[in-house]
This record gives sequence, C-alpha cells and structure tokens, in this order.
Amino acid sequence: MEFFTISMLNGLSYGLLLFMLSSGLTLIFSMMGVLNFAHASFYMIGAYIAYSISKVTGFWPALVIAPIVVGVIGAVFERLCLRRVHKFGHVPELLITFGLSFVIIELVLLIWGRTAVEFPPPEFLRGPAFTLINSSVTGLHLVAGAAPAAMCASADAAVRVVCSPFPATRGFMMLVALAMLVSLWLLLTRTRIGLVIQSALTHPEMVESLGHNVPRVFMLVFGAGAALAGLAGVIGGSTFVTEPAMALTVGSVIFVVVVVGGMGSLAGAFVASLLIGILQTFAVALDYSVLSLLKPLGIGVGGSDNSLLKLTISQVAPILPYLLLVLILIFRPKGLLGTREG
Amino acid sequence: MNTPFKPVGNSVLAACIGVALAASAGSAAAQAKAGAKPLDGQVVKMAWIDPLSGLMAPVGNNQLKSWQFMIEKFNQNNPAGVKFEVVGIDNKLSPTESLNALKSATDQGIRYIIQGNGSSVALALIDAINKYNERNPGKEIIYLNEAAVDPDLTNSKCSFWHFRFDADTTMKMEALTTFMKDQKDIKKVYLFNQNYSHGQQVAKFAKEYLKRKRPDIEIVGEELHPLAQVRDFAPYIAKIKAAGADSVITGNWGSDLSLLVKAAVEGGYNGKFFTYYTGVTGTPTALGANGAGKVFDVAYGHYNMGGQYGAWGAEFKQKYNDDFYTGSIVRILESLSNAMAQSKSTDPVKVAFAMEGLKFKSSMSGDVEMRKSDHQLQQPLYVSMWQKTDAKHPYSPENTGMTLAPVAEYPNYVSSTPTSCQMKRPGA
Repeated sequence: MEFFTISMLNGLSYGLLLFMLSSGLTLIFSMMGVLNFAHASFYMIGAYIAYSISKVTGFWPALVIAPIVVGVIGAVFERLCLRRVHKFGHVPELLITFGLSFVIIELVLLIWGRTAVEFPPPEFLRGPAFTLINSSVTGLHLVAGAAPAAMCASADAAVRVVCSPFPATRGFMMLVALAMLVSLWLLLTRTRIGLVIQSALTHPEMVESLGHNVPRVFMLVFGAGAALAGLAGVIGGSTFVTEPAMALTVGSVIFVVVVVGGMGSLAGAFVASLLIGILQTFAVALDYSVLSLLKPLGIGVGGSDNSLLKLTISQVAPILPYLLLVLILIFRPKGLLGTREG
Repeated sequence: MNTPFKPVGNSVLAACIGVALAASAGSAAAQAKAGAKPLDGQVVKMAWIDPLSGLMAPVGNNQLKSWQFMIEKFNQNNPAGVKFEVVGIDNKLSPTESLNALKSATDQGIRYIIQGNGSSVALALIDAINKYNERNPGKEIIYLNEAAVDPDLTNSKCSFWHFRFDADTTMKMEALTTFMKDQKDIKKVYLFNQNYSHGQQVAKFAKEYLKRKRPDIEIVGEELHPLAQVRDFAPYIAKIKAAGADSVITGNWGSDLSLLVKAAVEGGYNGKFFTYYTGVTGTPTALGANGAGKVFDVAYGHYNMGGQYGAWGAEFKQKYNDDFYTGSIVRILESLSNAMAQSKSTDPVKVAFAMEGLKFKSSMSGDVEMRKSDHQLQQPLYVSMWQKTDAKHPYSPENTGMTLAPVAEYPNYVSSTPTSCQMKRPGA
C-alpha cells in the first residue's frame, strides 16, 4: 500500500512538472497558432539563469527573477523575430522557433559549459515533506517532516515497518503547479486582460477595431508562456539536474502532452500531464513481459532468449508516452479534451 | 627532424645546417649522458579518443586533464627517458566518431591510441585497429585501454594490439562477491543496471558468482533501464523498496549513478549499494553526507592509496580543484616507459612484444603483470566504503567531507579470471 501511495505521489508530481512545462506551450499555441519548438529551451535557460542568480541572491529571489528574465527574452524574441515571419504563415514560424532552440542550446554550452552545474534546492526544501509509515500492525499513517529513526525501526522482528519519505522539493513542485493552474484559469476567465486574450484568439479584427493592440497581446502571451517554462525550469533544474541535455529530454514529452491533451486546451494539457506522469511511474513497477503472460496460458515459446518477448513493461516505460501519442493521433486526432479537428 | 627554424630561401643550405645542428646536438647529448637513458628525449605521441561533450563529458574532461598532468610528471623522469605527448580528440561517446578520430590520429602519424569510456566504442576501435595494422605493415598502432571493461575485449575479441589496464567486469565482480560473501546481513539483492552490454554483463556475472559463493542470497529483482535517459529514479527506488532488497548491485556510471543515489537518499532507501563507479565525477556530490557506510565501490585503486600516488592526487586537486581517479593512466605510462626501455625502441611492434608479460612494481600499488595470453593487466583490487574522512583516510573527492576508505584488498590471484583468448601475434 505504501508502494502504491508513494508511486502515485511520484507520478502526480512528475505529471505536474510536465503540466508546468506544457501549459506555456499550449497557451502559446491556442492564442497564436505557433507550435513553439524552443519551448523546452526556455525551460533550460530558466534553470541556468536561476542557477546563476541563486549564486548571488539565494534560491527564493531566483525563483521569481529567473522566470521574469525568461519571459522578457521570450517577449523580445516575439517582437523582433516571430512577428516579422508571422505574415509568411505557420511553417516559417515553426522553423524560426526550431532555429532558436539550437541557438539557445549552443549559447548555454558556451556560457555554462558542457557539464552539469550544481543547482541545489534551498535548505528549507532539502528534507522530506512528510513520511509515510507503514507498519504491519498499526497500518499506514503520516508524519510531517522526517520521521524519527525510532518510528521506522521495529523492536519486534515479526513486525515490518517501512518508512517512505516524500521529498519536499516534489511537494513544492506540486504546489507551484497547482497554484499556476488556478491563477492561469482565473486570469483567462475572470479578468479583463483574459477576456481580451480570449477574444483576440477568435476575432482579432474585431478586438483591434475596439481599440486593443492585438500584436502586443500576442507579445505578452508569448512572454508569459516562456516565463511559465522558465518557472518550470527553476523547479525542475533544482529538483533533478541542470545540464545542457535537459531541454532535449523533456522537449519531446511535452509535445506528447499537448497532442494527447488536445492542441490548445489547458484542461487537456493538465489531464494529459497527470496521465503520462502516472503511466510512466507505474509502468516502471510492472515486470510483465509477453513471455511471462504466455506462460500461464500454457503456451511454451521456443527460443526463450528472444529479446523482444522478454522485454518487460518496466523496460519500455520510457517509450510509453510516444506510443500513447501515436495511438491518440490514430483514434482521436483532436486529443482528449481538444475542440478542433486536426 | 626538429630544426629551430624553417628552411626558407636557400633551402638546401638551410637543410644542411639543420642536419648538422641536429647531428651535433644528438651526439653532444649522447656524449653527455652516455648510457643514462636508452631513448633520451625521443617524443612519443599519443592520441586520446574519448568524450569531451555530451553526458559523459565531465568524466572525459577529468581524464584528459589527468593525462596531461601525469605526462608532465613522467616526462621529468621515466625509465626510457622518452617525452610523452597526448592529443585529445572528442569522440562524443560514439563509435562512428571514434573511427574518424582514429583516422585523424593515424594521419598525424600517431601510433599510440588511448580510449576507455564505453565498451561499444572499444569494440569498434579494436576492429578498426586490427584492420589498420594488417593493411599498414610498418605503421602499426597500439591500443591502450584505460577503462573499457567488457570481458569480450580480452576474450573472444582479444587482439595483440590491445592492452587493458582497468580490471574487466568479471574481475571486479569476483572481488565484489568475495567481499559480499562475508557480509552475513546481505540476504536479498536487487540488480540495477543500464540496458546495454556493460550493464547486462554486470547483472549476468553477479547472478553467476553470487550463486557460487553465497547460494542463500536471493535475487529479489533485476532491472535494466535505458542508458542515460532516466532523469527521475524515484519510481525505481519505490520498486526496489517494495521488493524488500537489502542491497543493490549496480554497474551504473555518470548521471545514471548520481541520480540513482540521489533518488535513493531522498526516497529513504536504507539498503547497501555495491557499485563500480562511486568515485567518478558527479557521484560523490550526489551522495554527500548520506549513504555513509552504505555505499561500496570496487576498483583497482581508491582515493587514499598514499605514497607517490597520493601525493600526485593531492597536487592534482590543488592544480585543477578536481579529483584524480583514473589510476590506469599511471600504469599505462609505467608499462610503456618500461617496455620502451627494455626494447630500446618506441616502435609499437617492439613495444607491444616487450609489454606482453611485463611484470613491474607499480607506484600505485603492488606488483602488476600484463598477462601475455590476453593482455589483461593482473592487479590488486580494492573494495572501499563511503564514509567521513578521518586521519587515516583524509582525501575527500569533490570536497564533500566524505571519502572512500578501503575495507578489503584482494591480491591479483583473487580477481584473476580465466581467458578464452587465442591471440594471433604478428609473424606467427
């Protein structure tokens, strides 16, 4: 039971990190129709900039400043580059963000070097947020913070006690992602600027004739999307590892999230992130292979060294999101909660 | 011919002067140090082909610095009196890139090749070098393997031109399981490895040797995860805990090891780790003060060897603020200079014959022997434990305040494993 709970928490926190990343991407896509290939690169520079700032000011100011800096970089890029190619259609837009992603990665290599940098979470987040204690006698219960050693050890050998601490960094990650979801939703549906953004999406000419500066709205949206990626970068970079390959490793997964959730749907991105996070976490736990499933059915397969049949689900866990992507595109091209076709 | 100026204008005259100068300088040196060192001042160029970019870049960068450092030391004093030079070529951990690098090295006339990271690269290089030597008699090159531990390299794929100075997977597993045999509290073991040749071999030999030495140990789980892909090991740690394992054997290296131990620390896993590469860049920092007394490492050296080796390590740290852990560099330079002194030549064929079966006392530790039958260096192995530094074990990798203190030393015969190599020698 404690395995299920801790795995569920691991899956949820990983899924929420994916949501932090993909919310910016899906926001930009739904507002501007731009599939931003450089989105994961904004995630990476968010981590690196926060790393540099945190060396001077500590983690907390970096958590605020770094996303703002990344947002400004994103807004400037939109103003100077993306807006110029906008009139040529979607393919040049896609290509220019594609080019930007390479420029960013090379810049990161030049500035911060090829090796991982040490970007630890603040002291406050280093311990466990809470500890799950599962005893074969008293059952499952929770202790805030780290559990004292006495509670994790059992005096009696027959009583099995397992302590599973849940890292505070992951708890913090979940909190920030949820706060982000709520504030984004409030911003888009309950504020004036949100209403302008929404209407600029469907009726840009009308909004413009009412006196709103639509290109500026787009610039703000792009900047905000980049800032969200930057924020995810600060948290992801300090929780996992800050290195030049970090953009590459999440880049493909967030596209899966956006496609599975439905292009441009914020709620869809949320559902898909959690789904993928949990799917990947639990797949790791399953050691079934085709061979082991055939065995109880009495089907003996010659050549039990066949590496394809011996592959377990846990071994293929990292490719499951992509499999999901292909399946969704075949059977439900608009995504889980998407509204538009194709 | 090394002339201090380029022949310009009257090239014939200049060349004559150059020859005269070189000849007189040579004879003067010979007269001054007659009989001192057989190959005084001869330059031996070597090409180091290993990653300087990508996931393994931290390790590669460290090793190239180590080479430059050690060459400086050996050039001051070595039995043959030769001057070593090393050229670093980035192979991006890719077999294809490595073959390009090999080509570029041979084009520069370099006849000593060094490589170590990644057995996939090593297997590609050993084939390419065999072919090159077959096709270019008189220009043979030698392959000095500093760290690739695939047993195939000294068994089915063994080559006269290849010399391995690290201990292969089977030797390390022999030492590690000999140590585990006496740890009575080990009952349930989890095998956690990367899904490629090295990880699969670690898992395979761990099962085989544990069965022989401690049949009562139960293997409660076996995992092969994708190489250098996983960023979040928390789900795996939950799985290891759920399996009830009290120990984990892992051949992981680089980020796959440091992130694994980081996740284990955060996830409250209290079991022991038996590793191959705890001392290597990144992992000491990830472990930090955690895991004291829980993490074990098997290698042909450790951070607290003392003596000349320890002094070099301290000096390296002072110079680069980095840790010297590729001890095979010392042994390679020792073997080469001894073999060159013995054969009185820097010609790779003669040096290779002299290196076969070469026995010497290493400044690192113990008596070592380059076994003639398969070119695998026979050397003592150590099991060391992660703990706080103390008076006896003062060296702290990555300034963590922690160290790897030796808990067991195994002489050559313990870890020596048989070979199936049928070596083909030139001229035979």
